Amino acid sequence: MLTFDGVVLTQGTFRLQADLTVAPGITAVIGPSGGGKSTLLAAIAGFLTPVTGRILWQGDDMAGRDPGARPVVMLFQDHNLFPHLTVAQNVGLALAPRLRLSAGQGAQVATALRDVGLAGMGDRKPGALSGGQQGRAALARVLLSDRGIVLLDEAFAALGPALRSEMLVLVRDRLAASGRTVLVVTHDPADAVQFADHVVLVADGVAHPPQPTAALFADPPPALRAYLGA
Amino acid sequence: MRQLPAWGAAALVAALTLGTLLAVALRAEVGRGLSPGDWAAIRFTVLQAVASAVLSVALAVPVARALARRSFRGRGLLVMALGAPFILPVIVAVLGLLAVFGRGGLVNAGLAQIGVAPVSIYGAGGVVLAHVFFNLPLAVRLLLQGWLAIPAERFRLAAQLNAPVWRLLEVPMLARTVPGALLVVFLICLTSFAVALTLGGGPRATTVELAIWQAVRFDFDLGRAALLACVQFALCAVAALVAWRVTPVDGFGSGLDRVVARWDQRPADWLWLAGVALFLSLPLGMVLWRGVPGLLAMPGDIWVAAGWSLGVATGSTVLCLTLALTLALRGGWMASVLGVLPLAASALVMGTGLFVMLRPFANPTALALPVALVVNAVTALPFALRVLTPAVADIRASYGQMAALLGLRGAALLRVVILPRLRRPLGFAAGLTAALSIGDLGVIALFASDTVETLPLAMSRLMGAYRMDAAAGAGVLLLALAMGAFWICDRGGRMDADV
Repeated sequence: MLTFDGVVLTQGTFRLQADLTVAPGITAVIGPSGGGKSTLLAAIAGFLTPVTGRILWQGDDMAGRDPGARPVVMLFQDHNLFPHLTVAQNVGLALAPRLRLSAGQGAQVATALRDVGLAGMGDRKPGALSGGQQGRAALARVLLSDRGIVLLDEAFAALGPALRSEMLVLVRDRLAASGRTVLVVTHDPADAVQFADHVVLVADGVAHPPQPTAALFADPPPALRAYLGA
Repeated sequence: MRQLPAWGAAALVAALTLGTLLAVALRAEVGRGLSPGDWAAIRFTVLQAVASAVLSVALAVPVARALARRSFRGRGLLVMALGAPFILPVIVAVLGLLAVFGRGGLVNAGLAQIGVAPVSIYGAGGVVLAHVFFNLPLAVRLLLQGWLAIPAERFRLAAQLNAPVWRLLEVPMLARTVPGALLVVFLICLTSFAVALTLGGGPRATTVELAIWQAVRFDFDLGRAALLACVQFALCAVAALVAWRVTPVDGFGSGLDRVVARWDQRPADWLWLAGVALFLSLPLGMVLWRGVPGLLAMPGDIWVAAGWSLGVATGSTVLCLTLALTLALRGGWMASVLGVLPLAASALVMGTGLFVMLRPFANPTALALPVALVVNAVTALPFALRVLTPAVADIRASYGQMAALLGLRGAALLRVVILPRLRRPLGFAAGLTAALSIGDLGVIALFASDTVETLPLAMSRLMGAYRMDAAAGAGVLLLALAMGAFWICDRGGRMDADV
């Protein structure tokens, strides 16, 4: 369980409150742009320290832990792969950040690549892959890591609708199914409806507690109604 | 702990700039005051720098305008060639200018044909001519950046309204860019030593830097040299601070080969373009013309000198890049302050300071090469920092968060992420440093002995002995080494670099 206990985040004059608990599975984070969705994720990853309150993972306060020491993996909108490393090296970073992979780890990387449909492409550089394949390679690295929290900050926003769905299917079948807590920031309510178990609405300086997706969209509260324009 | 290398680098640079300044300040015989000759040197330094700046920038305006509004085959090549004088060894250019404008040069041969008395390149005129040769291209590039910063839509709108482009768009742009360009050229010419050494001299064309050199080499008057070094530092410090603050532009900018569609072209554009191309290529062409045949007939000590030059340049490049990388990774005020300090402390000031500091312990001339190595590295540091600092910031912005999440830090971060991503700027900075060091004729002239010499020094000695054909051969070799070193380093950074 990922818990925000009376958390207040500030960036300049911007202020965001969060008091909520996220369960394993896919949780969509939606809301108007500039509303604080990325701020929420940055706090979980350790790039932003709460002014007050605690962020707890399985009951432990994560305060003071470096981003690399948290049980968090994260994908951004771009720059998820190092262009100068091969696909296999990029994926291998999940196991050995210093890039000294053992034979066993090499085999693990190959398996992860096969799982996302990139079998045999490990020796290529990211520049030689299509946008969809790059997304898969980044996902393969997430698959290999054993960290419990997965943050996707508009990670597939640059892809077309079909490719984005394909990625989210992989996230659902590979990551959520194995019990990880996945937070997905998305601009498209359709993604949320189709893939998310729960939805966190971030608007007007507040991250609202997660609601079951179907129920939320069946009877949207005023803030969500304003965002959807419905 | 992680700050330690940056502080070490900062201490070294500070010692070589501020430390040497302190040494000359303590050694300076202030009570003696400045002689009339010293005042003449100060006056000439400032006046020739003003004249060089005004001439370079005034000529650059029509050339840059022609480049901005004309598209032709070879335009990219011309723009690239305009960047070359930065790494062109001064002594090679001087030799070329002598071949064109000198006593037996092309111009005087032409004048003799029509019965006009020959003109002399030696003296103030020659110093300014050489400075224009080096800085006109730089000024063109600076102004061209200003031109290309005007959005193409404005030219379209002006053409549509039939409005005067010059008054409406170009004059306001020049009002913003010309002061910066003037200051940059002025600053560069303030510290001119090699040009003054070869073309100037005498009571009417001696710069402060040349006066320092004469005080050390001929008069053995370290008190006076130190006093002059203080004067030079004050001149440069003021100009450097102003220039670095005023100019947001720098001559390394890329994307200058872009062309904006224009509807106000004039045939005179071609005249300006042909003129500048001829002015820049003719002297170098003459060096090649005279030098290539004599290349194999050069005395053996020229090859030895070339070897020393390469050794010094290699050391300088390694040291400069190590310092620059350490400081760029630290960033912040340290990188900005140390990026300016070496500009204020000219090579001759640093050299004089080191001379004063080393003399109690060792014979300075025995240390000529190590001193040249260190001083060249520090002199090139501002340029290397200007290339590396933004590149490091870019990498941090793009990949910093991901690297942090992956737990990459310290040496692993450097090896896995930063160094591979920095290959292109590192290669470019290495090329600049190596070429500048190979072509340097500054501090080495101050420390030189008869036994060990670098290639530019050997070449200037051949010129001093009027052995022009041998000098031209050495010039070709020097040109090839400087340009080759730049090309190899820059190319090495680009090859198979994944963007």
